Amino acid sequence: MNTLVFLIPIALLLGGLGLAAFLWSLKSGQYEDLDGAAWRALNDDDDRPGPQSLHR
Amino acid sequence: MSCCAAGSEGALDIEQAHHRLASSEELWLASRDLGEGLRQTDLSVPAVHCGACITTIEGALKALPVVERARVNLSTKRVSIVWKEEVAGERTDPADLVSAIAATGYEAHLFSTAGEPNDELRNQLIRAVAVSGFASVNIMLLSISVWSGAEAATRDLFHWISALIAAPALIYAGRFFYQSAWHALKHGRTNMDVPIALAITLSYAVSLWETIHHGAHAWFDATVSLLFFLLIGRTLDHLMRDRARSAITGLARLSPRGAMVLTGETGREYRPVDEIRIGDRIAVAAGDRIPVDGTVRSGSSDLDVSIVNGESAPRAVGPGDSLQAGTLSLTGSLVVEASAMARNSFLAEVIALMEAAEGGRARYRRIADRAAQYYSPAVHLLALLTFLGWGFYGGDWKHALLVAITVLIITCPCALGLAVPVVQVVAAGRLFRNGVMVKDGSAMERLAEIDTVVFDKTGTLTVGRPRLVNRGEVDERNLVTAAALGAHSRHPLSAALARFASGPAPALGDVRELPGAGLEAQTAEGVYRLGSRRFACSADDGDAAAEGKSEVVLSRDGCELETFRFEDMLRPGAANAVSTLAAMGHRAAILSGDRPAVVAVLARRLGIARWEGGLTPKEKAESCGRMAGEGHRVLMVGDGINDAPALAAAHVSMAPATAADIGRQAADFVFMHESLRAVPFAIDTARRAGRLIRENFALAIGYNVIAVPIAIAGHVTPLVAAIAMSTSSIVVVANALRLNWLSGAGPEQAGRDVAPGTSEVRLAS
Repeated sequence: MNTLVFLIPIALLLGGLGLAAFLWSLKSGQYEDLDGAAWRALNDDDDRPGPQSLHR
Repeated sequence: MSCCAAGSEGALDIEQAHHRLASSEELWLASRDLGEGLRQTDLSVPAVHCGACITTIEGALKALPVVERARVNLSTKRVSIVWKEEVAGERTDPADLVSAIAATGYEAHLFSTAGEPNDELRNQLIRAVAVSGFASVNIMLLSISVWSGAEAATRDLFHWISALIAAPALIYAGRFFYQSAWHALKHGRTNMDVPIALAITLSYAVSLWETIHHGAHAWFDATVSLLFFLLIGRTLDHLMRDRARSAITGLARLSPRGAMVLTGETGREYRPVDEIRIGDRIAVAAGDRIPVDGTVRSGSSDLDVSIVNGESAPRAVGPGDSLQAGTLSLTGSLVVEASAMARNSFLAEVIALMEAAEGGRARYRRIADRAAQYYSPAVHLLALLTFLGWGFYGGDWKHALLVAITVLIITCPCALGLAVPVVQVVAAGRLFRNGVMVKDGSAMERLAEIDTVVFDKTGTLTVGRPRLVNRGEVDERNLVTAAALGAHSRHPLSAALARFASGPAPALGDVRELPGAGLEAQTAEGVYRLGSRRFACSADDGDAAAEGKSEVVLSRDGCELETFRFEDMLRPGAANAVSTLAAMGHRAAILSGDRPAVVAVLARRLGIARWEGGLTPKEKAESCGRMAGEGHRVLMVGDGINDAPALAAAHVSMAPATAADIGRQAADFVFMHESLRAVPFAIDTARRAGRLIRENFALAIGYNVIAVPIAIAGHVTPLVAAIAMSTSSIVVVANALRLNWLSGAGPEQAGRDVAPGTSEVRLAS
């Protein structure tokens, strides 16, 4: 019973972190182009950080 | 880089594709203003499929000085371009963007994406799915320990934690159902959301009551996972909803806003179209659209009448000929006497036809809505009867309430809510991969019902672009001369010749265009003429026109040098598509605005028995309506502005991506690739999807038949409810995914249509 006092908040916190990370990634447009991202990783012509995404 | 579409399939496409690139006017109107002199245009590029494509297109676009940013989205096969309105004081021509993409070997089409990229409701729904998913997973974990036999104190603690997690999730994620249910009740109706809202609220309330009184059974897990499953269905459903169409506003755009009216002998006055009265004389320059219906008083020109009959071949007009509003004067200036007010003109009539037809389609009721109509009253009645039955029979009203709530939870249309949208999303994904865009989920249901397919001729069964037939026979020097001459005209045949320009163009000196006849150039070698036989050689036209073929003659000083013959070619896969449709048991028909003789030849060649030629847009829509009156469900496939009313009037409609803007917007499906085999493929997919939807309904109902008696008997514990709900949802989703597994007649049949993104191509890079 005593361990639950730690474990449950920790579990909820970790789950909440996952949720927050998902909501953030959604907001920053990371699901806009799932196929393109895989190919862009292979592009080597431009080392500078790309322009910001067009999608808000 | 060799893997790219510019290679294997691209080369074919460039040759065949119909580069009717979007006009700069259209592009300006479709672009979004981002402020600070920047505009954004979204173009669909169906052929992109790999990293090299991205680099090629983005590189080509970024090389243009007007482009601020360009980004290809490989998933949606679109490119969004942010460009500057002016560079160095010069107004940007957005058509340059499209031609820059075309120059790399990719076709780009314009799509009106009103509100699509930033769909606020979609994002809200996805966030709600995430929140309810988080809540349901955590509560389920706690529930499992309760079910495995936690001691009373721990159980109470877990129930309290569950209650705390469930409450905000219910309010945040459940608001869609509450709003919709409230909206329905306020108008005295009931929909699927009423039992959902009732079930989640009541089950939460009862669970809370149990928790306060240290009860053994709490339903928080069922409440929240119910919400989670339903939201998934709701989100998928939203993705398939009809997008707002603006075909009518697009059509209205074609009518000029004003016209130059001649007053008295010499006066000229620019008046808005609405103020032009019958009898006014209007000056129309080359390149202008005719503002109102009228009669030519003086001048002559070639008129692009594709808005009336869908044909690319222009009509030569002279004094005395009547003109329809919206047609485009290509080569000469005219003085036109108005014979109708703008609101009675041809274009206004077409707009009115479309408005009437679009209203008709809105009456179609989606399968899910029809199911809900019976489902929710049945569920309410069942729960009420259970409550009364247990109350009177056992006398324990609290127990009766509990059982009635379990009935509501168990019957909640989890599987039913997923049954339709999952199938439609899977089917739409399958169609998209094969180059067919679905604009509306209900269109897929309607497509599965059709028994008659009606084709437009030019631009749909044929490519709608003149093709030089005797390329091998003509002298290369003459071709180059003709190409150089042709570059001076907007006439489609001249434009087709101008594409053959190569090497240094011969010096032609002064080139004059004689409207309705051809081109003339004075050179040191003599007078070159390019045009009709009568004009070029002062001889008779022969019978070329009668056969439906067109020819252009090049002459020097009246002597024929060369005859270029043109023919409209069949769209690839047209014959195959028509025979496949016949094999599937559909009747085919042609409705064309072209001359009956030409339509008859084509109909015979394709083996289509029913055809009508020389139709106006109104007659096309009426013909569709007549077939519907005979009890047929009609699929209309067409591309032109003249097809738009028929596209809107038909049960369901399809257009090629090369279609006029208005045609694309009026259609339910748009096919991106050249081949017409997309039509049988789409019908086949829609049929399979329809079958899967019915199977899913059967599964969902079968589940209820088993589960409901158990619930009514009062044997459903939270554990049973959780297992039953999840299983039924998983079964329904798995069944929907079979659409991809059973792709027997799918991409193979569609042949070349398959997007070239397959594994062997990737290996080649």
